[in-house]
Amino acid sequence: MVKKIVARFEVEYLQILNHKGRYYPKLMPKISDDEIKRMYEIMLFSRRLDEKMLVLQREGKIGTFAPVSGQEASTVGSACAMNYNDWSFPSFREMPAALAMGLPAEDFLLYYGGDERGSQILPGINTFPISVPVGTQTLHAAGFAYAMKFKKKNAACIVYFGDGGSSEGDVNEAMNFAGVFNLPVVFICQNNQYAISVPREKQTKAETIAQRAIGFGFKGLQVDGNDIFAVYKATKDALERARQGLGPTLIECITYRMLDHTTADDASKYRSMREVRSWKEKDPILRLRKYIVRKKIVSNDYFENIEKVMTERVESSVAKAESYPNQTVEDIFKYMYKEMPWFLKEQLEELKKSIKE
Amino acid sequence: MIKKNKTKNVLNMVDALNQALFQEMSNDENVVVLGEDVGIDGGVFRVTDGLIKKFGASRVIDTPLSEAGIVGFSIGMAAAGLKPVAEIQFSGFIYPAFDQIISHASRLRNRSRGRYTCPLVVRTPFGGGIRALEHHSESMENIFVHTPGLKVVIPSTPTDAKGLLISSIRDPDPVIFYEPKKIYRAIKEEVPKEIYTIPLGKARITCEGNDVTILTWGSSVKTSNEVADKLKGNVSVEVIDLRTLKPLDIETVINSVKKTGRVVIVHEAPKTSGFGAELIAQINERALLDLQAPVVRVTGFDTVFPLYKLENYYMPNHDRIINGINKVLNF
Repeated sequence: MVKKIVARFEVEYLQILNHKGRYYPKLMPKISDDEIKRMYEIMLFSRRLDEKMLVLQREGKIGTFAPVSGQEASTVGSACAMNYNDWSFPSFREMPAALAMGLPAEDFLLYYGGDERGSQILPGINTFPISVPVGTQTLHAAGFAYAMKFKKKNAACIVYFGDGGSSEGDVNEAMNFAGVFNLPVVFICQNNQYAISVPREKQTKAETIAQRAIGFGFKGLQVDGNDIFAVYKATKDALERARQGLGPTLIECITYRMLDHTTADDASKYRSMREVRSWKEKDPILRLRKYIVRKKIVSNDYFENIEKVMTERVESSVAKAESYPNQTVEDIFKYMYKEMPWFLKEQLEELKKSIKE
Repeated sequence: MIKKNKTKNVLNMVDALNQALFQEMSNDENVVVLGEDVGIDGGVFRVTDGLIKKFGASRVIDTPLSEAGIVGFSIGMAAAGLKPVAEIQFSGFIYPAFDQIISHASRLRNRSRGRYTCPLVVRTPFGGGIRALEHHSESMENIFVHTPGLKVVIPSTPTDAKGLLISSIRDPDPVIFYEPKKIYRAIKEEVPKEIYTIPLGKARITCEGNDVTILTWGSSVKTSNEVADKLKGNVSVEVIDLRTLKPLDIETVINSVKKTGRVVIVHEAPKTSGFGAELIAQINERALLDLQAPVVRVTGFDTVFPLYKLENYYMPNHDRIINGINKVLNF
C-alpha cells in the first residue's frame, strides 16, 4: 500500500495599506507620488460619476445601471498596473478601470442612457466593452491571450469577474484553458461579498475563491481589494509573470459593493446597516486620502480644489453625452453584418415607411 | 490524409473539407483549427486529419473537453485577428456553447459599432442516418438561423463543402457550418484541386424541373435528387439545395416557385418552427398567387430523435417525399 500526500497548497493574503492609512514600506510597490495622485483622482472621479449617475437614473435620464462605489481600488489599482499594450475584459462593474485606461466618462452615460455608441471603444484603448452575461468574458480574454502569445506580442490580458461569476462554468473553463495553454491572463475576481442578494458563503464552500486557481494548476492569491497598493502590486507582478511566459494568475480582491446591485435593487433587504457601515470605514478612497495626507504629497487646499474639479468634469461629461446627435433607425441594422443582407434591408425599409406614414 | 486518385481529385465530403482546411491554412497563417480531438486524432470523423503535422500544435489545437470553452475562446481569438475554425464534435453537444454564440459571437460587431468583429466558423456534424448514439443525430440548425447576426451554411456535396467552407472562413462575420454526417462518406465526386470559393447566400438548382419544386438542404438534398430521378418521365421535379439558410437565396427560391407553382419542403429538423415554416412565410409574402397548392412540408417530427432502430422513419425518405409531391400535385 502506498499512502502519501501528493499535493499541498497555501493561499497568500496581501495588504499593504490598512484602513488607517498606515502602510508597510517593505511591500510598497514603486509608484511615484504623481501616479498615486492620479490614481486617487480617477477613483474620486469615478465615485462622483457614480453618484451623478444615480441622480440621472432617478430623474429618468439614464436607465438601470450597476454602481461601482466601494470597488474603486480593485479596479483602478489593477488597471493602472497594465502596460499600454495589455488588454482588459471587463464585466459590468469596472467603470473605474475603464476610466483609468482613458475611456471617456460619456461612454458610460451613453451606454446606460440606452445608446450603443457607448460600447464603441475608442481606437487605441485596449478594452472590450462591458459584458453583461455573467462570467462569459473570461473565455474571450483567454482566447485573446492565446492570439497574443501566438503572434508573439509581449502583452497580457486582465479579465474581471465577481464572486458570483466564479460559480459560472465559463469562468472555470476559461481558467482551465488559460492553465492548459499557459496563457498570459490575469483573472481578477472582485469579491464584493454579494451576487445581488446571495452572500459569498453560498457561492462556494471553499475558504477562498483564490484557491480555485490551484485546481487549474496556477497561482491564486487574495488581496485586500480596498487597498489600492496591494491590488496594484499583485496585478503588476502577475502581469509581469504572464508576459514572461509564466502563465496565468488569479487575484481575489476582497472588497465591498457599497451600493445596490443595480438601481433596480434594494440591498437593505439582504444586508444590515451595521455591515454596510463597517465597510464604510474601509472605503478605498478614504484610505488612500489618509495615505496622501500622511505622506504630505499634496498641498493643504488640494482636497477642496479637487472636489470642484471633479464636479466640473462630471458635469462636462454629462453635457458631452447629451450633445451627441440622435441615432437613426439605420443604427439598429447597420452593424449586424459587415454588409447588410437583403432581409435586413427589407426590414429597415419597412420600418422607415411606417415612420413616414 | 487525403487519398487522391492519381490524376483526378475525387473526394468525399470529409476529404473535401480536409482539403479546404489544408489549402486555406496554407493560404492564411491566421487560420487556426481548434476543438476536441482535432489534433493527433484528426477529429473523430477525420476532417482535420494530418493538419497538425503540417501546421503544428499552435494552429491545430486540441482543447480541453469544453464546448462553451471552445467557442468562447474562439471569440477572443477572432477579435484579436485570428480566424478560428472551431469544431464541435457533434451538434448535439453545441448547447453549452450556445450562450457564447448567441450572447457574444453574433453581437460583438453590433454592440461595439464595428470596432470589434468575430470572423469565426463553428463547424459541426449534424443529422441522422448513421446509426449513431443518443444525442448524435439531431438537426437543430434553425435555432441559429433565428439568432440575429449569424450566418448558417449547410453543404450537401464534397464540392460545395470545400468552396463553402473556404468562403465561411473568409467571411467577416460568424458562420455556423453544419455538416450532414450522413453525407460525409456517401458521395464521392471530382472536386476542383485548386482553392476556390462558393459565395454564401447562393442556392444551387441540383435538378431542373417544371412541375414541382423541392426546397431542401443537408442530407435531404441527396434523398430528394434520388426521388427526382425516380419520378423522371412522370413528374418533372426541380430540386433546390439552399446551401445557405442565412442569408437565404430568396431570388432562386421565388423564381422556382413562380415557375412550378407547387412546393415541397424537405428537412430533417422537427416540423414546428423549422426553417420550412420560414420558407412558407417568405413564399406567401412574395408568390402566394403563383401557388397552385398549399406548400407541403416533409420533415422530422416534433419528437426526440429516436435511437437508430427507428431513425429511418424519422428522416424524410423516398416514400414520404413522394407522398408530399403527390399531395401538391393532386390538390
